[in-house]
Amino acid sequence: MAPPERQPPPAPLASAEIGGGVLPGWATYAAIGGAALVAAAVLLATGSFTVALLLVFTVPLACAAIYAWSRAVEGPRRAKDRVMTLAIASAFGLAMIPLISLLYEVIKRGLPGISLEFFTEDARGQIGGGGAAHAIVGTLVITGVAVAISVPIGIMTAIYMTEYGAGKKLRRALTFFVDVMTGIPSIVAGLFAYALFELFFGPGIRLGVMGSVALSVLMIPIVIRSAEEVLKIVPNHLREAAYALGTPKWKTIVKIVLPTAFAGLVTGVMIATARIIGETAPLLITTGVIDTINSNPLDGRMQNLAVYAFSEYRSPGVMKQASYDRAWAAALTLIAIVMILNIVARLVYRRYKTEIR
Amino acid sequence: MFGAASARRDSAGADRVEASESGTPPEAVAATPASPSERGAKTIEVRGVNLFYGDFHAVEDVDIRIEPNKVTALIGSSGCGKTTFLRALNRMHELTPGARVEGEITLDGEDMYGPGVDPVRVRRLVGMVFQSPNPFPTMSIYENVAAGLSLNTRRMKKADKDAVVERSLRGAHLWEEVKDRLDKPGSGLSGGQQQRLCIARAIAVEPEVLLMDEPCSALDPVATLAIEDLIAELKSRYTIAIVTHNMQQAARASDVTAFFNLEQSGDPGRLVEVGATETIFTKPTQKATEDYVSGRFG
Repeated sequence: MAPPERQPPPAPLASAEIGGGVLPGWATYAAIGGAALVAAAVLLATGSFTVALLLVFTVPLACAAIYAWSRAVEGPRRAKDRVMTLAIASAFGLAMIPLISLLYEVIKRGLPGISLEFFTEDARGQIGGGGAAHAIVGTLVITGVAVAISVPIGIMTAIYMTEYGAGKKLRRALTFFVDVMTGIPSIVAGLFAYALFELFFGPGIRLGVMGSVALSVLMIPIVIRSAEEVLKIVPNHLREAAYALGTPKWKTIVKIVLPTAFAGLVTGVMIATARIIGETAPLLITTGVIDTINSNPLDGRMQNLAVYAFSEYRSPGVMKQASYDRAWAAALTLIAIVMILNIVARLVYRRYKTEIR
Repeated sequence: MFGAASARRDSAGADRVEASESGTPPEAVAATPASPSERGAKTIEVRGVNLFYGDFHAVEDVDIRIEPNKVTALIGSSGCGKTTFLRALNRMHELTPGARVEGEITLDGEDMYGPGVDPVRVRRLVGMVFQSPNPFPTMSIYENVAAGLSLNTRRMKKADKDAVVERSLRGAHLWEEVKDRLDKPGSGLSGGQQQRLCIARAIAVEPEVLLMDEPCSALDPVATLAIEDLIAELKSRYTIAIVTHNMQQAARASDVTAFFNLEQSGDPGRLVEVGATETIFTKPTQKATEDYVSGRFG
């Protein structure tokens, strides 16, 4: 009962657009290598060889080479796919260059300035030595107070906008002003805080909390925006489920909406914090420059890492190289703090994220 | 049996000045305790109800009486206002911005939309189960069932809460399947189990009426059967109204069937006919009903 002998079917799947052949797995690398060799040869021959120029010429050459090769063997559709893949990978590489080189440079120059003294000593009465403990303490206190001001205001505003403001004029006005606030130059925020406190304390006032207020002006719109986005994606059917149980609206928000959005809210706050922790200009005019540890934001000047790096570089004193090293070390410390914040944000997100369908 | 045209009202409480017609002070709704002992005898009576979304007239002139201890099925083609109507029965309709209710809906004679009636209170007496299962994703199975209690009111003793959770889960035929993993998230259950979890959550607050909006549309036939058995059992204690697209389900699970229809898209939906399920499916008085239940259209 064997089935009748069948004719081998024609191969419609392998025909037409797809040429039928397949390039070997190393084809793309070969194209890049070949393109690099050709580019290097041409550049050397014309005597204008630099690494940057080599990259600039290699990418389009490699694209052209892989397209021609793939088109001949695999057909036009696969050829386009290969070119786009290569182009996108190159764009990614291009975007990574500044980031990598920045990190490399900061680590290379910052490490010599890092020592135990850098984290434990302040700079009072030090000639050519001392540390940045006052700046680290100042950064943490100023930023902490700024977060304490911004988070309640920001999240409550976002709650108003998503839960209560639908279709109201106030909500549209808020959206507009939040957008405008996002674009405020940081120096303007600093001047605002300065002008505000000057009204009450007279000219020349410098307080840690002034810096926090200036940073809040920058941070609040970011918190509002991210919190609004996160609250918006809490599905409406969860709110309705709570209402149908006879739950008042405020309790639905507190017990259902906020917990569901918790991971996203925390991530948004962390990112906003990372964004303001490195501000320099507004702090220069609100918290001033000082050499001693001051952990009380309500009493006098306060140092901060970004301002510290700036002033170490601007007025290095007698031992110039040591000052420059400390400035870079301060930059490295700041980057490390931001990195830690981001890692914590990711961990929190992973731990508390809710599956939202 | 059905009241004549009654005064039309706006659903927004603040705009309302007329007094309740039922004669009962509206505060009585707020004062009624939801004690299990006097349960199961609440009738919903609907007179001359029109429902709107802004300018759009969604449902026109509905008069119906939803009897206690019976299952009332609302059937009809998509977009004819069944769900909208169901949502008006526990004041969920007005949550949509611009939505309005005109006409009178009473729960055992007390006007649901009377001045001074708290919609939160109404929803505590008239529970709802939704089309797709929607357990709270941040909560465990136990917390989901207890949500209505812990979200609403009084602190309860742990033992009392445990008892309510067990009773509700047993009532929803879910206890045996989840009793060993009450602290696991509710979203880890299968679709049918999640829907039964939602039913358990709804009955844990001891409502008088249970509204179900296509509770089986996301479920497979086995899970659907489980829910239908559950409905048949629940009707001894609750007044139940269920929206369904599935005519076999209406025929199997309901005592009374109401057929909604709309002439054409854009027109408001109307209640064409209501009667005992057997009558509706065998000898309907209206041509449209006959066409619909016999599958000739819709």
